Amino acid sequence: MSDDTREISVDYLARVEGEGALFLKLNGDEVEDLRFTIFEPPRFYEAFLRGRRFSEAPDITARICGICPVAYQMSAVNAMENAAGAVVLDPIRELRRLLYFGEWIESHTLHVYMLHTPDFLGYPSAIEMAGDFPDIVTNALRLKKLGNRIMTVVGGREINPINVKVGGFYRAPLGTDLDALKDELRWAIDTAAETVELVAGFEFPDFTMDYEFVSLRHSDEYAILDGRIVSSEGLDIDVTEWGDHFEETQVEWSNALHARLKERGRYHVGPMARFANNGDHLTPVAQVAADAAGLRPGESNPFRSIIVRAVEIVLACEEALGIIERYVRPDPAAEAVEPRSAVGHGASEAPRGLLYHRYELDSSGFIADTQIVPPTSQNQASIEEDLRAYVRGRTHLDDETLQWQLEQAIRNYDPCISCATHFLDLTVERAGRQ
Amino acid sequence: MTAKTPTLAVWKFASCSGCQLTLLNCEDDFLSIVGAIDIVYFPEATKTMADGPYDLSIVEGSITTAHEAEQIQRIRASSTTLITVGACATAGGIQALKNWADVDEFISIVYPHPEFINSLGTSTPIADHVKVDFELHGCPISQRQLIEVIDSFLHRRKPNTPSYSVCVECKLNETTCVMIANGTPCMGPVTRAGCGALCPAFNRGCYGCFGPSETPNIASLRDLWHSIGVADADLALALRTFNAYAPEFREASDHYVG
Repeated sequence: MSDDTREISVDYLARVEGEGALFLKLNGDEVEDLRFTIFEPPRFYEAFLRGRRFSEAPDITARICGICPVAYQMSAVNAMENAAGAVVLDPIRELRRLLYFGEWIESHTLHVYMLHTPDFLGYPSAIEMAGDFPDIVTNALRLKKLGNRIMTVVGGREINPINVKVGGFYRAPLGTDLDALKDELRWAIDTAAETVELVAGFEFPDFTMDYEFVSLRHSDEYAILDGRIVSSEGLDIDVTEWGDHFEETQVEWSNALHARLKERGRYHVGPMARFANNGDHLTPVAQVAADAAGLRPGESNPFRSIIVRAVEIVLACEEALGIIERYVRPDPAAEAVEPRSAVGHGASEAPRGLLYHRYELDSSGFIADTQIVPPTSQNQASIEEDLRAYVRGRTHLDDETLQWQLEQAIRNYDPCISCATHFLDLTVERAGRQ
Repeated sequence: MTAKTPTLAVWKFASCSGCQLTLLNCEDDFLSIVGAIDIVYFPEATKTMADGPYDLSIVEGSITTAHEAEQIQRIRASSTTLITVGACATAGGIQALKNWADVDEFISIVYPHPEFINSLGTSTPIADHVKVDFELHGCPISQRQLIEVIDSFLHRRKPNTPSYSVCVECKLNETTCVMIANGTPCMGPVTRAGCGALCPAFNRGCYGCFGPSETPNIASLRDLWHSIGVADADLALALRTFNAYAPEFREASDHYVG
């Protein structure tokens, strides 16, 4: 049987953030080996954060990921405020949510339109797609720009915003600055709803998985900034209890640690998990769009995650407009936060899923120890399990088709590899191909 | 006679991808950029991965592994013009903080199985390894400056990017000096302009993310910081961030770290 093997290998996965690879070895219809490798080099954030001041964490950890810096800033400020026993007032919390929804709009639009849609429409990239579908690409660029504008008005700039601090903001924007975004947000709600309709019309493989969906849940909102950590299997814990229920392990083929539930192993974070656990908190237009697309909370076809991501763009635009309409300028822009010797935990919903930070501080506010668990390390086990399950029953496909579909299956997660190495490339090896 | 559309390759080493994202963030100019230049290698955006040679290579990230050190040699050999973008590529990035540490200890802090990890003891800028034709600074780079650099490449002229300090931009913006007026420590006097003096406009001190300006007077900055009650240890911390390994910041931080 030894000449019945074949290998498919993608050395550098495209249209994902960072450097990853996939290696698949088949022996007839059996998957002999499958590795989703993160070869992006490690950058050792947890190590060099030791000895830095607690106030530096939002600026430093933002640099872990250029696509979701706000997520890092928000989990960091949550953790530092938790350590200090500080709670920020509502106007600051609302402004943080607005900044964060800006990041969701920018990041989701980039992924849905420019990185994932080309898979479904059969293009190497959005650049070639622009020739045949100019309206799609033009709308995508305009939506993305809106997300970036929100981040610029609130955060100072779209990549590595400079206006976030522990306790609040350096300077709160004027109401008039935010009002200038309203008309564009109204256009965006309609356009994003049309996007849901567009992507819901794509062809999806008949494929579902059994996932434990883990996300934040907030009592009255679609959770983004804070809440309890819940799962579709009944987990319901405070963020400070993360370490009691989750652990990180290391595999030889990846520079990213894998996170797992101590009791049940692999789990799934991201838009599908948020939708499963917070589907009752959709905003009105997002609800109508989800219903029309036939989407139900608990959707477990990972290829349909693009529809959920599109629904979240609608939601983000509606939430952003609501926050602007109700805006009360925080005064002062930040509350004084005095550090103390303590351990602080913080979590928030990055565009790609739950992002957990833990810091141990000494009495002068210097960081003694740090743990950062990004969404992609939590999803690595689910990604590999999806790929294994997907290959079974599809081994008759030729290498090129199989490779395209497996890459697409990885992109379902919008993996962020820089995040995971703070961690893609495909190799399929077939044993015994005649 | 029509000239052939020049080819562009975008490369990533150890980094957060924020600087290459800046190219995708040029929403208003994106379609005109892809009309003027043929993107033949840019894994974050496209499956098309053409072999060289390339007319222009834009390189993001720092060199942190032996494999990267070899790869940058091949990229240089296949590129007519090579431009580095961002603090990682031009100064080693924040991950260059490991240059002052024992990398084995760093690995053991982050990873339970240090034996699986392959990493050099250093994070170094691209120019330490190959000839670089132009360096664009910033963490992240400015979109306006990136377009200026691509435009200058297309028109075969020198990019107009200032090497003076952030203070000049504050004066041009008529922003009140946060250090003089509020006693807020600010890296602006020794930091390269390019961001538009963003932080002082948001009522905070500059934190040096564009790296050292031309001939920065860090000793004088130290006197000023002393006068507002900032100790050398905090000046050393401020110098050791995203451009920690840029020579001027590196030497000063070694001197003041105490």
